[in-house]
Amino acid sequence: MVGTPAPKIASVTAAAARPAAAAKSETKALSFYYGAFQALKSISMPIYEKKVTALIGPSGCGKSTYLRCFNRMHDLYPGNRYEGQIMLYPDNTNILNPVVDPIEVRMRISMVFQKPNPFPKSIYENVAYGLRVRGERKRALLDEKVEDALRGAALWDEVKNRLNDLAFNLSGGQQQRLCIARALATDPEMLLFDDPTSALDPIATASIEQLIAELKEKITILIVTHNMQQAARVSDYTAYMYLGELIEFDATDTIFIKPRNKQTEDYITGRFG
Amino acid sequence: MSEQTARLESIRALIAAHKRWDLVFATVGVLALMVGVLTFVALFAQMMIDGAPRLSWDFFTNFPSRKPDQAGILSAWVGSTLVMIVTAATAVPLGVGAGVYLEEYAPKNWMTDLIEINVTNLAGVPSIVYGLLALGLFVYGFGLGQSILTAGLTLGLLILPVVIVATREAIRSIPAVIREGAYALGATKWQTTSHHILPYSTPGIMTGVIIGMARAIGETAPVITIGALTFIAFLPAAPFSGDPPAGLFDWVMSPFTVMPIQMFNWTSRPEAAFHQNAAAAGLVLVVMTLSMNALAIYIRYRLRKSIKW
Amino acid sequence: MTSLSQANRIEALPDTFVSDRLARRKLRHVQERIIEFVLFLAACVSVATTLGIVVILLTESFVFFQQVSLWDFLTDNQWTPLFADAHYGILPLLSGTLVSSMVALLVAIPLGTIIAIYLSEFAPFGVREVAKPFLELLSGIPTIVYGYFALLFVTPLLQKLIPGLPGFNLLSAGIVMGIMIIPTVSSVSEDAMRAVPMALREGSYAMGATRFQTAIRVVTPAAFSGIAAAYILGISRAVGETMILAVAAGMQPNLTWNPLEPAATITAYIVQVALGDLPHGSIGYQTIFAAGLSLALMTLVFNVLGHMLRKRYRQAY
Repeated sequence: MVGTPAPKIASVTAAAARPAAAAKSETKALSFYYGAFQALKSISMPIYEKKVTALIGPSGCGKSTYLRCFNRMHDLYPGNRYEGQIMLYPDNTNILNPVVDPIEVRMRISMVFQKPNPFPKSIYENVAYGLRVRGERKRALLDEKVEDALRGAALWDEVKNRLNDLAFNLSGGQQQRLCIARALATDPEMLLFDDPTSALDPIATASIEQLIAELKEKITILIVTHNMQQAARVSDYTAYMYLGELIEFDATDTIFIKPRNKQTEDYITGRFG
Repeated sequence: MSEQTARLESIRALIAAHKRWDLVFATVGVLALMVGVLTFVALFAQMMIDGAPRLSWDFFTNFPSRKPDQAGILSAWVGSTLVMIVTAATAVPLGVGAGVYLEEYAPKNWMTDLIEINVTNLAGVPSIVYGLLALGLFVYGFGLGQSILTAGLTLGLLILPVVIVATREAIRSIPAVIREGAYALGATKWQTTSHHILPYSTPGIMTGVIIGMARAIGETAPVITIGALTFIAFLPAAPFSGDPPAGLFDWVMSPFTVMPIQMFNWTSRPEAAFHQNAAAAGLVLVVMTLSMNALAIYIRYRLRKSIKW
Repeated sequence: MTSLSQANRIEALPDTFVSDRLARRKLRHVQERIIEFVLFLAACVSVATTLGIVVILLTESFVFFQQVSLWDFLTDNQWTPLFADAHYGILPLLSGTLVSSMVALLVAIPLGTIIAIYLSEFAPFGVREVAKPFLELLSGIPTIVYGYFALLFVTPLLQKLIPGLPGFNLLSAGIVMGIMIIPTVSSVSEDAMRAVPMALREGSYAMGATRFQTAIRVVTPAAFSGIAAAYILGISRAVGETMILAVAAGMQPNLTWNPLEPAATITAYIVQVALGDLPHGSIGYQTIFAAGLSLALMTLVFNVLGHMLRKRYRQAY
């Protein structure tokens, strides 16, 4: 492989160690505690660059908890504790290191939430928020980045004539795409999606899934979904979690057609969930 | 690779600059709180320095006098106490009754809306307007004169919204299952209310009543407006001392003064010696109101901790 | 015969046939209705109070306005009802009220907002638990005590900073009034900010914003209508305040826009008249009701506005 050699990964399956993809991030023995309760148990897995990785599993298995470790969201609430590492490449930064500033992590890794949460501002100001927070004030630059982000989120044509309208006036699907545009505007290295379509109707869901398929060519994506079919449609790699543990991680095709773990197979075939 | 490092470094510098603002604002926030704390401390200190020397048994048992060192607050604190009795007798039954009606009985119609709008509105009416109401209606309209009864009724009306709101909130915090349990056993509405709802909401209601009374004790403007005199060198007739039956309540119709008016009177005099008396009276007044407010806050705190529905 | 049909024929049967229990139930029913009616009357007291205020203010003012034209009342620049050459212009009293309120708001609004943002977004839990009751206590101090403080502590202090400051002035009364109003502004604003859902804050933090940026750029705009309600309630309190101004700003009507001068507010004037001896029914007596009517109208407008804004922010989330 040309360029940066892929780091040696002690991956869960041999099949996943295909040299075709370099890793953007690697989780090493991650455990997470809400107070005394251990929500995540020693998770180790890679996230491949410019690919979509899906986290699936029944309710309460810890997939959202795991996702929120990536941008240190748990730091906002008292009583939480991380153990283990989440490495970010190519600079080998451990995201969970207390010395590392969570704000810095969040400037490199953006998140889209389950329920669209646009700010009480105009469409333009919502998208420009991340840039303004970085001190960007030049109008020309902001205009350009806002347009790029809105195009990237497939929203530009619908809103280009009403950028100063309040974001609240958009439909649910449009609001979610706005939140995606907001997350894209700052050129993040990785994008986290926390079950982004569960609050949307099927048409909006389809447009978001298509967006994700387009976005992955430019940016690494980690998506949590409770909808198995969505994971099958959208992702390149899938991780199946249960009760805080990583049961199986592999290419999506393998997981859904020929999983090696009985528990995975039971979940996929709907024997429980 | 160095492009990545350069990017990271510029991000870090940016974050450091922005976090400085976090620190600046947190400091400003604490300073703003300090303004309140300093005011409180300065107020107390000023009154202690000026007034504490004047606090003595004589001070509490003397009438006001033209000679500052002989003046005392006897008529004032007795007047305040008597007025508070009438205030409580007015505000508590009316306020609790209204609160119970609005929470348990009132149907959703325009009449109920009207009542609720009025309660909210009255909470924001300046206290001196209550004084004007009392002057026109109680003093002259009903002919009650410039008496303790008038003052008590006025202040009772003034704190009525406080009691009503406290009652409603206390009742609202009782879970529906308790009510349902009582009704399921065949209790009538009033039985449920008097045996269950009211006893459980008593601490919350008490909190509201205490806060209201603390406010009423310190109110000056409405009482001045109805004509409470500022120089009273006698006590109202002792309760129940007159000839029965009408004379039992002579005290209620008597002229009087109250603590805040006495303090106002002394503050308005140019001689510094009277200012010392004012400070002493102020100390007594502040201790009274603050301890009542603190008691209410404490009850509310205990309430939050102890009742586990 | 079933007991139901027995009940339906209570009237027809002689007493010995009516079961005790059914008779008691009817009595209880009547009792219930009486109790409900009594409670209803208690609730109506609030309506009666408002009606009373309206009737008294309007009737006495009506008599007043039969002798003084509304035009004079609103435009004359002197308020000297007790002089031989009596003038009845409300402007001097209005200017006193407005100037002192402005000073108070210049203190209360910035400090109250900063405290609200600090307590809602920055302060650790322990600080909040102490600060909130403390602010409640601060607003529970009787206003006459604040008046005393303004006259005998703040004014001498200001006189050292501003030479020539008169002993009675609107500035020191306004400042102390402002401090008294801070808890009103801060507690309503803080309630509004706490009502902003955490999802909005998470969205902001996820973009890499700091606490300060989130508080100022997201939470405060989101809580805007509640904060506006807080400001308006503060204005209403400032306008209606009496004792601090009566004690520290003097009771001489003075048409001025300079806070360094003494002046009477609408409220202080009413106190001054009440302290004196005015025969019931004289025009001097009626002036306080005309003044009171102006005051009540002003505060009514503010209260209604504040209430509407408060309802809006409660519904938004």
